Amino acid sequence: MRRHPSKHTPLALALAVALVATACGGGRDDGEGATATTEPAPADTAADGGTEGTEQAASCPEPSTGITDDTIKLGGSYPLSGPASAYGAIPTGVDAYLTYANAELGGAPGVFEGRQFEYIFKDDGYSPPQAVELVRELVEQEQVFALMQTLGTPPTAATWDYTNQQEVPQVFVATGATMFGLDDENHPWTIGWQPNYVSEARIYAQYLLDNHPDATVAVLFQNDDYGMDYLEGFRTAIEGSDIEIVAEQSYETTDPTVESQMTNLAQSGADVFFNITTPSFAAQAMGFDAQSDWDPIHLLNSVSNSLTTVGAVGFEPLQGMVTALYLKDPQDPQWEGDEDMQTYLDNIGEYAPNADPNNGYVVYGWAVASAFYALLEQTECPTREALMEATMALQDVAFQLGLPGITMNTSEDDRFPLEAMQVATLQGETWQLEGEVIDTREVFGPVEDAVG
Amino acid sequence: MELFIQQVISGLATGSIYASLAVALVLIYRSTDIVNFAQGEMAMFSAYVAWALIGAGVPFWPALLITLVGSFIGGLLVERVVIRPVEGRPELTIVIVTIGLFIFFNALAGWLWTYQVRGFPSPFPQRTLELGPVRAGLPALGIVAVVGIVVGLLFLLFQRTKLGLTMRAAAENPESSRLVGIRVGWMLALGWGLAATVGAVSGVLVAPILFLSPNMMGAVLIFAFAAATLGGFDSPVGAVVGGLIVGVSENLAGTYVDVIGADLKIVIPMAIIVGVLLVKPAGLFGSPAVERV
Repeated sequence: MRRHPSKHTPLALALAVALVATACGGGRDDGEGATATTEPAPADTAADGGTEGTEQAASCPEPSTGITDDTIKLGGSYPLSGPASAYGAIPTGVDAYLTYANAELGGAPGVFEGRQFEYIFKDDGYSPPQAVELVRELVEQEQVFALMQTLGTPPTAATWDYTNQQEVPQVFVATGATMFGLDDENHPWTIGWQPNYVSEARIYAQYLLDNHPDATVAVLFQNDDYGMDYLEGFRTAIEGSDIEIVAEQSYETTDPTVESQMTNLAQSGADVFFNITTPSFAAQAMGFDAQSDWDPIHLLNSVSNSLTTVGAVGFEPLQGMVTALYLKDPQDPQWEGDEDMQTYLDNIGEYAPNADPNNGYVVYGWAVASAFYALLEQTECPTREALMEATMALQDVAFQLGLPGITMNTSEDDRFPLEAMQVATLQGETWQLEGEVIDTREVFGPVEDAVG
Repeated sequence: MELFIQQVISGLATGSIYASLAVALVLIYRSTDIVNFAQGEMAMFSAYVAWALIGAGVPFWPALLITLVGSFIGGLLVERVVIRPVEGRPELTIVIVTIGLFIFFNALAGWLWTYQVRGFPSPFPQRTLELGPVRAGLPALGIVAVVGIVVGLLFLLFQRTKLGLTMRAAAENPESSRLVGIRVGWMLALGWGLAATVGAVSGVLVAPILFLSPNMMGAVLIFAFAAATLGGFDSPVGAVVGGLIVGVSENLAGTYVDVIGADLKIVIPMAIIVGVLLVKPAGLFGSPAVERV
């Protein structure tokens, strides 16, 4: 008699695969990208027209690579397939805006006038090596003028050494990680756009300082840069106040559930629950909140505040939940007749016939493309250098679909275009804006103070 | 103490999720002698089918029935179409094919239904039972009950029916089985069909708790492997006990062992798999593999 060797082979393999699965953990829906949105009043639309300053300064050098007499070529890298493919709606929105600009605004503005946008975006599957390959291809073969967005922290972090070494602008990257705004020394060619995670955490801190100044807080966060940015941003923002973090639990993307963590947090009986998680885990945490005796004020990070995700849990038990927004939501009745919203709704159907206009990612794509358009208006020469200079000199520059009062501001020392957001609470089946837009840089100082 | 009990209950609830999938893993191992890495993804896919049916207006129970029948046929077809061509090849070949199936079902679900997180109706009331200071969710208790019933049925099938005996024989010794007139190919296909059905039960039970998305079962699979290994890969009862032990130990270690914390909980199933393979390869309830030489 002897042991049958083959009986154990599958088990050993199971172990091997399990290890591999753990190693490449982050596969679950990661949380970069846009936010679904809501709220009042018309906004000015600097992004849709202005042609003053059009005449190219006589002293400009030759136009950079990617600029011809009649085109300006841009590239983008996004997950169009795979687990993060929900973000694939973003380039649809970007492309719709740029096509709209070509058709109705006469192409690119300012010193780029007379040139049509040519936008090439490709699928990186949210895979960093794939993104590196694509970005090389866009730069070396397609010869783009600039990268108008790479999406996600890991793919962007994988590509920024290359873009900076090649001195190709990598503009308005779609991630809220603070690292992309803090390294002007080694990576001056990369800049983000949307409010970073620290800024957003500060919004919640301000909300608590205003409404619950002695709250105790329990935090659930993803154990990586994204979760840490939020947590540290929040921690430094409440320093010196009576607000106290009384319980912290982290999870890994390889965890099947966060039930155990939630049980521990509920045990703390904290007044506030800060939910720093990606959609699947956010839904589980919301489900726990909905069913348990623990009834905290629930702060939901914008990464998971799409109404589809909240709706998966059910709106009714989550009423009053708090999140932060910076874009207008097409489903919010208060924007009816709003000029931006009208332009968006009138044109999105024509230039992106297959897109769902209510999808927050399409809205985000349209908004960030209009912001890029506004950036070109501010650029003084048709060169890569001038474009990057303009990214660091934005003063109160409006873009389409931003909440009233939210504009882009940057300087040599501030490479975060958007740092203001507004609190919203869940009322019925929509987010209802509360209070005023909060400019976190004004209130809490530069992001550097929070992340060291 | 209250926290301890609460964590144990929560561990049992999570453990029952692992157990439900582990039973399907054990089932296919017993009836075809291979480990199916796509089991979790097939379960997820079945849950999506049920979800789509419910979304189309079919009431819950008929939708479940259609899903179970559909999964059985689907499992059967997968065996006939994909596994059959590599039947009798080294185990490694078959295992790699199942990994291919894993990727296929994951991508197909994403393509058909997107990666958006979906809610899934629970067949059990969304209430919590209160026993003194301790609370247990009814959906989780429901899983334990259903998995218990499934295991009971499987026991009857394998130990008390001629069909079960035939299936075991076909898996254990295909050549001799063929000689005594057993249609081995169909027995293997039947095993796939049954495992897919049990997997579908798991998917439908798990979806209301984990929320439906194409990646729902990816992490569960690792823990289900740990459960099946611990219980003994050929014992359904062992899979259930193993699942519950994994769930509880994971929670307690995460809560009370500071070094582990919530970050290193994934280490628990790994340690269990390695430990069991080293110390007692047959697992708690499994029968040691023997062969005449």
